[in-house]
Amino acid sequence: MTVATIQELQQMATSMRLTALDMALGAGRNGAHLGAAMSAMEIMAVLYGRVLHLGQVNPAKPDGDRFLASKAHCVLAHYTALAEIGLISREELGTFGKSGTRLAGHPAMNPELGLEYSGGSLGQAIGFAIGLALDARRKGRNHRVFVLMGDGELNEGSNWEGFMAAAHFKLNNLIAIVDKNQLQYDGPTEEIMALGDLGAKLQAFGWQTAEVDGHDVGQLLAALKSKPGDQPLAVIANTIKGKGVSFMENVREWHHSTLSQAQYNMAVKEVREAASL
Amino acid sequence: MMELSPKNVRMLSMLGQRGSIFGVALLEIAREHSDLMVLTADLALLSGLGKFQSQYPDQLLNLGIAEQNMLGVASGLAKEGNCVFVTTYATFLTMRAYEQIRDNLGYMQFNVKLVGASAGLAMGMSGNTHYAIEDLAIMRVVPNMTVLSPADAGEALKMAQAVCDIDGPVYIRLTGGLNCPVVYKEEFDFKIGRAQVLTEGSDLALIACGTMVAEALKAAELLRARGLEVTVINMHTVKPLDTEILDRVFAAHRAVVTIEEHSCLGGLGSAIAEYRCSFKSVAPLLIIGLPDAFSRADEQPFLLEQAGLTASRLADSADKFFNEVK
Repeated sequence: MTVATIQELQQMATSMRLTALDMALGAGRNGAHLGAAMSAMEIMAVLYGRVLHLGQVNPAKPDGDRFLASKAHCVLAHYTALAEIGLISREELGTFGKSGTRLAGHPAMNPELGLEYSGGSLGQAIGFAIGLALDARRKGRNHRVFVLMGDGELNEGSNWEGFMAAAHFKLNNLIAIVDKNQLQYDGPTEEIMALGDLGAKLQAFGWQTAEVDGHDVGQLLAALKSKPGDQPLAVIANTIKGKGVSFMENVREWHHSTLSQAQYNMAVKEVREAASL
Repeated sequence: MMELSPKNVRMLSMLGQRGSIFGVALLEIAREHSDLMVLTADLALLSGLGKFQSQYPDQLLNLGIAEQNMLGVASGLAKEGNCVFVTTYATFLTMRAYEQIRDNLGYMQFNVKLVGASAGLAMGMSGNTHYAIEDLAIMRVVPNMTVLSPADAGEALKMAQAVCDIDGPVYIRLTGGLNCPVVYKEEFDFKIGRAQVLTEGSDLALIACGTMVAEALKAAELLRARGLEVTVINMHTVKPLDTEILDRVFAAHRAVVTIEEHSCLGGLGSAIAEYRCSFKSVAPLLIIGLPDAFSRADEQPFLLEQAGLTASRLADSADKFFNEVK
């Protein structure tokens, strides 16, 4: 398999955005978490397009990297990434939001589809990831464990139990990526429950940190491919909720919403134009 | 696994249910299972894991006082194929980390064995924050969860082995403390989901779990002296219930009494009542458990006496009930 270039990863993110819009439209009145997916498109594209070594795209393989979506509501970025690498078929993506689908609003664990964890309840994946990382170290395996977290999600205290434990065990095979889009359900994170200086907090907990523009594929790649140090690594990705669609960007209501045909048309046009398609 | 004999039963009784599992059973299991992992939340020494820690240091993880994270870590380890035992006090294990238990063990069905120590009123003077009087109720409503409560320390030992042989989440509720009353004096056949008839009679059946089984046996003696023929059943598996034995018990007796050191709501008695309520005509059922209340902190024997969970008070309640309904 050839290594995806930065341009190809950007194209992948664009393709995922367009597919996500198709899925959100198809979900009809059930709606979808568009905002939180749009902020994570580049992160997911870089992970699945280049960073994760999934061993013949089979996450169940013992030597493959592990990925957990702790902010599990970003399924439109997760399912579309898995579709890009062929683990979920385009046909199956079309079932999203419809009765009988295997693609729930929050992912249900399914190794066949590349889904390693049933997420949805925020703040729980970090502990699980620590278990995976401890096992890898004990068995002398070289794979890494990646967790994608939201910034609003960091309100949950269980995350901080996990941050403390990961540093205590010096799990340098664990990487947390924080999709810091600065909006949670009720409003701006700094207004609802201020995170303050997240980098300083994580460093105080014993993590190494890197701060990047979460929509810059090159920056994400550099941070995620960096050589492991002695401690777990947190990549703080500064993002825009709803990124790529002007009327969704930084708008609280697009956390979860339905998409009309007119809105869909406008959104697709913007995403295509931004990518010069 | 060691076979029970009158000699080692005395030793196990002294160690209590917790000591039997963590100080004896897991040492034997670890010998054969390099994938056994034991997790504790700052209670390694109290749980009797000192020897395990020195013999198998890389198979014991202390997660500090952080039960939610401990359940996450346990589930991640289980996902990678390990058999994981997790322990702390029953109250903190089942309640602080309840959602992690529900999602990781119930929903995703990871192979994690929860061992809740000092359930019921065992923490005595420590008070209500340390009592687990709701754990059976909240554990048995989690889909896919097996819920067990051993009658004595020997049964706890056998239970530890038995849960290793099944792939799936289990909650083991430990009652009593050190010097656990003995129900089984020698080797016996333990099977998850298969209740044990300890004595048989045709008037009244007492169905108990945990250390209340020993109390039920003593109550049965008192009732026999009053001329009643009494069956005593150790319902060590609260979920899934042994419905075969319940069918027989309700058909063959004139009254049935359940006994548990747990809230009278939602535990063993409730589970049996749920099963029994669809029967057409059966023996009436009395549920004896702790009142639906928080009691004042006190010595466990005093609290049990107050709740009517001592042999003489159990015998009185059962006798009275039998005379009302016979």
